[in-house]
Amino acid sequence: MRQFSRRDVLRASTAIAASGAFASVTSAAPPASAVTPELIAAAKKEGKVVYYTSIDLPVAERIAKAFEATYPGIAVRVERTGAERVFQRIGQEYASRIHSVDVVNSSDAAHFVVWKREGMLERYVPEDVAKYYPAEHKDPDGTFASFRVWLCVIGYNTTMVKAEEAPTSYADLLDPKWTGKIVKAHPSYSGTIMTATFQMARDLGWDYFEKLAKQKVMQVQSSADPPKKLALGERAVMADGNEYNMFIEKERGTPVEIVYASEGSPLIVGPNALFKNAPNPNAGRLFQSFCFSPQAQQLSIDAGGLRSLHPQTKEKPGRKPFADIKKMKDDPAEVERTSADVKAHYSRLFGV
Amino acid sequence: MSIALPALGAPRTQRIDLSSPILILFAAFLCVLILLPMSWLIYFSLVDRNGAFTLDNFKTLVTDSAFLDPLTTTLILATSSSIICCAFAAPMGWLVARTDMPLRRTVRALVTASFVTPPFLGAIAWELLAAPNSGLLNKIYRATTGAPPDEHLFNIYSLAGVIFVISAYTFPYVFVLIANALDRIPGDLEDASSILGGGTWTTARRITIPLALPALLAGALVAFLQAMTLFGSPAILAIPAGFHTMTTKIWSLFNYPPKPELAAAASVPLLVLTVALLRAENLILGRRGYSVVGGKQGNPRLVRLGALKWAALAFVFLVLMCPVFLPYGALLNATFSRVATSFVTFDNFTLHNIHFVFFELSATQLAVKNTFLLGVASATIGTIMALVIAYLTTRRAIRGYRALGFLATAPVAIPGIVLGVGLFLSYARPPFVLYGTLWILLLAFVTIALPAAYQQLQSAFRSVHTDLEDASRILGSTRLRTLRDITAPLLRTSVIATWCFIFVGVIRELSAAIMLFTSETKVISVLIFDLNESGDLGAISVLGLIMLVITFAVVIAVNRIPGFGEARLRNA
Repeated sequence: MRQFSRRDVLRASTAIAASGAFASVTSAAPPASAVTPELIAAAKKEGKVVYYTSIDLPVAERIAKAFEATYPGIAVRVERTGAERVFQRIGQEYASRIHSVDVVNSSDAAHFVVWKREGMLERYVPEDVAKYYPAEHKDPDGTFASFRVWLCVIGYNTTMVKAEEAPTSYADLLDPKWTGKIVKAHPSYSGTIMTATFQMARDLGWDYFEKLAKQKVMQVQSSADPPKKLALGERAVMADGNEYNMFIEKERGTPVEIVYASEGSPLIVGPNALFKNAPNPNAGRLFQSFCFSPQAQQLSIDAGGLRSLHPQTKEKPGRKPFADIKKMKDDPAEVERTSADVKAHYSRLFGV
Repeated sequence: MSIALPALGAPRTQRIDLSSPILILFAAFLCVLILLPMSWLIYFSLVDRNGAFTLDNFKTLVTDSAFLDPLTTTLILATSSSIICCAFAAPMGWLVARTDMPLRRTVRALVTASFVTPPFLGAIAWELLAAPNSGLLNKIYRATTGAPPDEHLFNIYSLAGVIFVISAYTFPYVFVLIANALDRIPGDLEDASSILGGGTWTTARRITIPLALPALLAGALVAFLQAMTLFGSPAILAIPAGFHTMTTKIWSLFNYPPKPELAAAASVPLLVLTVALLRAENLILGRRGYSVVGGKQGNPRLVRLGALKWAALAFVFLVLMCPVFLPYGALLNATFSRVATSFVTFDNFTLHNIHFVFFELSATQLAVKNTFLLGVASATIGTIMALVIAYLTTRRAIRGYRALGFLATAPVAIPGIVLGVGLFLSYARPPFVLYGTLWILLLAFVTIALPAAYQQLQSAFRSVHTDLEDASRILGSTRLRTLRDITAPLLRTSVIATWCFIFVGVIRELSAAIMLFTSETKVISVLIFDLNESGDLGAISVLGLIMLVITFAVVIAVNRIPGFGEARLRNA
């Protein structure tokens, strides 16, 4: 069948591996691209850019509105869903030869491994990325770079749980006193949770999830949702969820608190990339450049609660400095290899 | 299949025979709508990834508990919902049609309002009301009884919760069927019973109830099928509780990595069950048709309830709390509250949600436009198709009209999500790539709407006797002129009702749309479902209310179109 099947992916990847012999000779990032008046004019002619993303919707729309304010006349359409859905959606649309995405952001860095391997990404390096971004956070071939970084954390509602009784580790969540009181998100929907589940299964063992599944957790989809369920007071504790949503809630005065697990918190990296077949290539380039500008990066910190790799940005006071937190190690290549198994294993344990 | 062609009497003179082209055109179109998707569905269920024949998909279906559990759950859910719907809709239908209970018209209007409410929106509203900890009702319960913080009265995230919410939005179907049936039972029969000495209750037991029984049975079946094939409510309420129904399971098979073969196979039991149940209904009702329409009818006699009528009214309003008053109250509250599940007070009143949906959410405009376009287009095309087919079949205007009638009714046996899977498998790949356009959604919506639209208009045509048309023809009018001057005005009300029925159906459709949308062809229902997955309840409330305003505005506007003037809003 001509759908986005594993067979197609395999065939495509062999073809690309074969051509890789030649490609490797020239495999260096293209020169950095500055934002020129010509680019802006061409982008304005296109008038719009389509951004598929898995960032929590209000944050994504904030960034979109900031772009629209900087470049009036270019509308950003945010297409927001879970990273795993974004991946599935693009795969399905491309299999039907529908090219509607310009720029993508995903919380599952493994997706970029696949898109790059299939030759779907445009080689485009914004000036800020070339100048300021650390090597391990940009593709050597110039197809993507880390737009955002954050952690998958534990959290609790402070009116429902006293600070001294709050969990401090993943092991604590298995205590019977939390039965029926935990909310958690789903790896088949959320890239954050997919990545976190991989890291935790690797470091803590599947044994942990097996026990957690017996805690009668409330199963939501997006990693942005557990913080919101804590805010409503629907559950007392979240087993996983976005650190950035917790910052947003906390700074809004919601009674929630973050717990960085003593075992380490899963590190989540969310790259941005431009598609080769983007319907609005110039607006796409402009938007990609804007996303890595100090202005957008600082906004993602201040309004979005995210961490930035741009050295010209400042961390927001009151938040625990990124460097002081114990993190688990990310491994996109391995996530890419094992994601189907991780999801299947998870569904078997949790029933959905 | 073979079709018996009845003799049509003396052939009319000097007429160009348009029957074969019309028949072929419509039959071909209906095949595209129904046969092609279903063929692909069956084909995919019988092949493996490489396209080789296999029964493994079905073997997985009957051996893997990941499929057996949802199937059992679905059957429990459909049976319970069906029983609950009948238990509440039957007495309510009787009260409204047959007693002197006050406010009967208002009650009918409110049931229509609950029909217009999409079930998935109702499910989200019930999350706001009855989530175990944050639900408004549970908060009231704890505040009034002083119960401890983690105790709750309701838990909507449970099998019972799903059954409750599905019943609340399925009972209008049963109610309308029963109320209409009771409306049609002639008073003469009841009078005869009274004259022969039967008291009120004897008459009810011996005459009214038996005559209404076929409608009750039909209602039970409709409720069962609705509950079995609904996608939105279980997706919103069952998955958080950690279980699947068949529809959510089928949908989850399209998560990456997608397994369309298994999804196709898992769709087959739903299809088979639906066909079997409809056959069974035909067998039972086929023999029990009471010819109650015909001859002069006496008005139905109203049972005097006396003082009991206030108790009856209280019961009816208590039932209507569930689909109408409480959910709308919760949505309105969430619209203006900073925290969706806190009661609006002076302190936490906010217009932020409204501002967000109208000025920040970039998907709003496109979704509203798509939904509106699809609603109007599907309703118009669906009504025209149903009108033509109903005319051709009731007037036996062309040969092979029975095949047309059959094809127009067939989609009733195809659950929305199954149709979605079928259309996706048919039109997402060359040679016919409709996926990514509004056309594929239009196909889905017209297909889903056609059976009910056809049946409504067919009965409308039957009620217009051919005498009037014949008189017009005898006086020299052409067939088309007769249609325009005689038949059309007589059918006006039914046509408008059918149009509105399809329009409302499109607005509340989620199960086929969720399989077929792309980012460019998103509709409001899908957008709301998306927002629910990321927990943006404030935005959902605003969008949900916009959706209802659009629906009511369009329905009212269509009923006021000049020339259609005095047509009345009817129960859909």
